[in-house]
Amino acid sequence: MPFLEIVNLHKRYPGGVAVEQVNLAVERGEFISFLGPSGCGKTTTLRMIAGFETPTSGTLTIDGADMTRTPTSQRNIGMVFQSYALFPNMSVADNIGFGLRVAGRPASEIRERVAELLGIIHLADFAQRYPAQLSGGQQQRVALARALAIRPRVLLLDEPLSALDAKIRIVLRHEIRAIQRQLGITTIYVTHDQEEALALSDRVVVMNNGRVEQIGTPSAIYNTPQTAFVASFIGTLNVLPARVVNRDAGHLEVGGQVVRVGRALTDATGSQVTLALRPEIFSLNGAYGPDANRLSAVAEELSFLGPTVRVRTHVAGHALSFDLFNTTGLVLPQLGEQIELHFAPEACLVLPPG
Amino acid sequence: MRRASYWSWLWLILGSLYFALPLLATFQFSLLAKKGEIGLTAYASVFRDSGFASSFAFSFQTALATIVISALLIVPTTYWVHLRLPELRPLIEFLTLLPFVVPAVVLVFGLSRSYNRTPLTNSHGGLHLLLIAAYVVLSFPYMYRAVDTGLRAINVRALTEAAQSLGARWPTILFRVIFPNVFVALLSGAFVTFAIVMGEFTIAALLAQPAFGPYINLLSSSKVYEPSALAVVSFALTWASIGLLQWLSRGVGQNQPGGPR
Ligand SMILES: Nc1ncnc2c1ncn2[C@@H]1O[C@H](COP(=O)(O)OP(=O)(O)OP(=O)(O)O)[C@@H](O)[C@H]1O
Ligand SMILES: [Mg+2]
Repeated sequence: MPFLEIVNLHKRYPGGVAVEQVNLAVERGEFISFLGPSGCGKTTTLRMIAGFETPTSGTLTIDGADMTRTPTSQRNIGMVFQSYALFPNMSVADNIGFGLRVAGRPASEIRERVAELLGIIHLADFAQRYPAQLSGGQQQRVALARALAIRPRVLLLDEPLSALDAKIRIVLRHEIRAIQRQLGITTIYVTHDQEEALALSDRVVVMNNGRVEQIGTPSAIYNTPQTAFVASFIGTLNVLPARVVNRDAGHLEVGGQVVRVGRALTDATGSQVTLALRPEIFSLNGAYGPDANRLSAVAEELSFLGPTVRVRTHVAGHALSFDLFNTTGLVLPQLGEQIELHFAPEACLVLPPG
Repeated sequence: MRRASYWSWLWLILGSLYFALPLLATFQFSLLAKKGEIGLTAYASVFRDSGFASSFAFSFQTALATIVISALLIVPTTYWVHLRLPELRPLIEFLTLLPFVVPAVVLVFGLSRSYNRTPLTNSHGGLHLLLIAAYVVLSFPYMYRAVDTGLRAINVRALTEAAQSLGARWPTILFRVIFPNVFVALLSGAFVTFAIVMGEFTIAALLAQPAFGPYINLLSSSKVYEPSALAVVSFALTWASIGLLQWLSRGVGQNQPGGPR
C-alpha cells in the first residue's frame, strides 16, 4: 500500500481544466518531482495535496486515511513556497517554532526543536534575526526548517529555489535532498527545471496540459521516454523523419541510410516515424563496435562549451548536433569534413511522426 | 536640481504658514484675557472648569472604543476580501466613501430612528454605544484604507497558507499573523480616527452625549478668550494622546527593518 496515493484527480476551473486524471502512488520516504512546462498543472496538483484547493473529483489518501476534503490545518503537511512566506513579524526562531506553538507544545520542547532545526539548516547564529534581515537563500532555509519543525507526514515544495540565483540554487537543492534523506520524509517537489528534477528525485512525474505524461526514475525518463512530449521536453533531441523499412527487424531509413534500432517496432513497415537521437550518444572513433549504426554527415560548425564540444551537422537535410567529450587527445573534425557518426542501436528513440 | 529644491522649500514654507498662522493667532489671542497684559488667565479658567476634564475623558474613552471595535471589524473583513473576494474590492471602496457623502445629521437621524425604542436609545449607556457605532461608521474609510494598504504590503495568501499548513486555524491566523503585520498600517488609521472622534460635534450633540466637541462649542458661545485657550489645549492634548498611543505601541510590529514583505 503506497504511503500517499492520488486516484483519478481532476480539477476544473470555470475557465477550463487545470488537472486531469492524475494517478500517482508515492512510497514512504520517496522524493518525487513534478516536472512540466508552465501552466501544466503542477502547482494545482500540489495545492490539492496540501488542501488549498478541493479536487473536482478523485481521491487523495495519506497513510491509509482519505484526506481529499480534510482542511489543510489538519493534514500535518509541510509546505515550502516559492515566495518563502515567512511571517515578517516573527524572528527566525519564532517562525520555526510557529507550528509547535499552534499545536500547544511545551516551551522547552519548542526551544529544543528550534535549536535542532537551526543546526540542520546551518543558521544557528540567526535565531533572533527577522526575515527581512536575511538573504533569499537563508529565508528559504528558514522556511524549510519551519515546515519540518512539525514533523510533517509529507513535505511539499513549490519551486522553492526559482527566486534564487543559480549558484545558491544548486547548493540549496543538495541541502534539501540531504536533509530529506536524513529525515526520511516523503517529499513532493515542483519544478520546471529538468536538471533539478533529474538530479534530485527518486522518481519524476512529467506533466503536460494537466495530465501525467510519464512517471519514472530520472534515467527511465531520460533514456526511455514514453511519449514524444517527454522525449522532447527532457534534454536536447535531434529529430529526423524516418520510414520503417522492416518492422520486425527494427530497420529504419533516414535519407537513404539505414538505421537499426535493435528491436521490433510497433509501427507497420512503410509507415513514417520520427527518429530521435540525443546529442551525447554519438562517437566518431568506432567505440560502439562493428554493429553500431553509422550515419554520414558533414561537420558544419563547432562550438566549444568547456566539458564538451558541440558539433553541428546536417543529415539528409535535417540539422543534427552532437557533443564530444573534451577528453585529452580529442581529435575534432575539420569544418566541411565528411564524418561518420557511430551510435548504438539501443540509443535510438522511435517516436510518432512529428 | 537647485531650482527644484528652491521651489520645494518655498511650498513647504507656504504650507507650514497656512497651517501654523491660525494656530499662532489663536494662541496669541488666548493670552490676552487680562486687559493690558499677556498671561495664562484663560488657561487657568479652562482647567478650573470640571466639564473640561470630564468631557475630554469621555471623548478619549469613546475614541479608544471606536478604534478597537473598528479594528476588530475591519481587519478581518478586509483580510477576507483580500483572500477570498478580491472582486468585491471596488464595491467596498465605494462603500468607504459613504461616510463622506452621507451628512452626519442624516446618519444620526437614521440611527436614532432605526433603534428607536430599543435599549440603545432609551438609556444613557445605550446612547453612548450608539455614538460609538456612529463613529465606527465615520472611521470606516480611514481604517479600511489603512488596513488595505497594510495587507497589500504582505503576501496575504501565502502567509495564510503557510500558517494553515502549520496547523493554524482562522483565529490564530488573524491574531498571530495578520493583525501583527498590519499593525503599523492600522495605527495610521487609528490616529485619524482618534483625532476625528476628539473633535466631533454634530453626532455627539444630537445624541446629547457629554463629549468634548459639544463642550468646546458650549464654551465658545458663552466665553471670549477661553475657547481660544481650549482650542490650543485640545490641539496639544490630541497630539500628545497620539504620541502616547504611538509610544505605547512601540515595539509591536516595529521589528521589521525592511518593512513587512
Ligand atoms: N484559480 C484559478 N482559476 C482558474 N484557472 C486556474 C486557477 N489556478 C490555475 N489555473 C489554471 O490551471 C492551469 C494550471 O495551473 P498551475 O498553476 O497548476 O500551473 P503550473 O504547472 O504550476 O505552472 P507554473 O510552472 O507556471 O507555475 C493553468 O492553465 C492555469 O491558468
Ligand atoms: Mg506553479
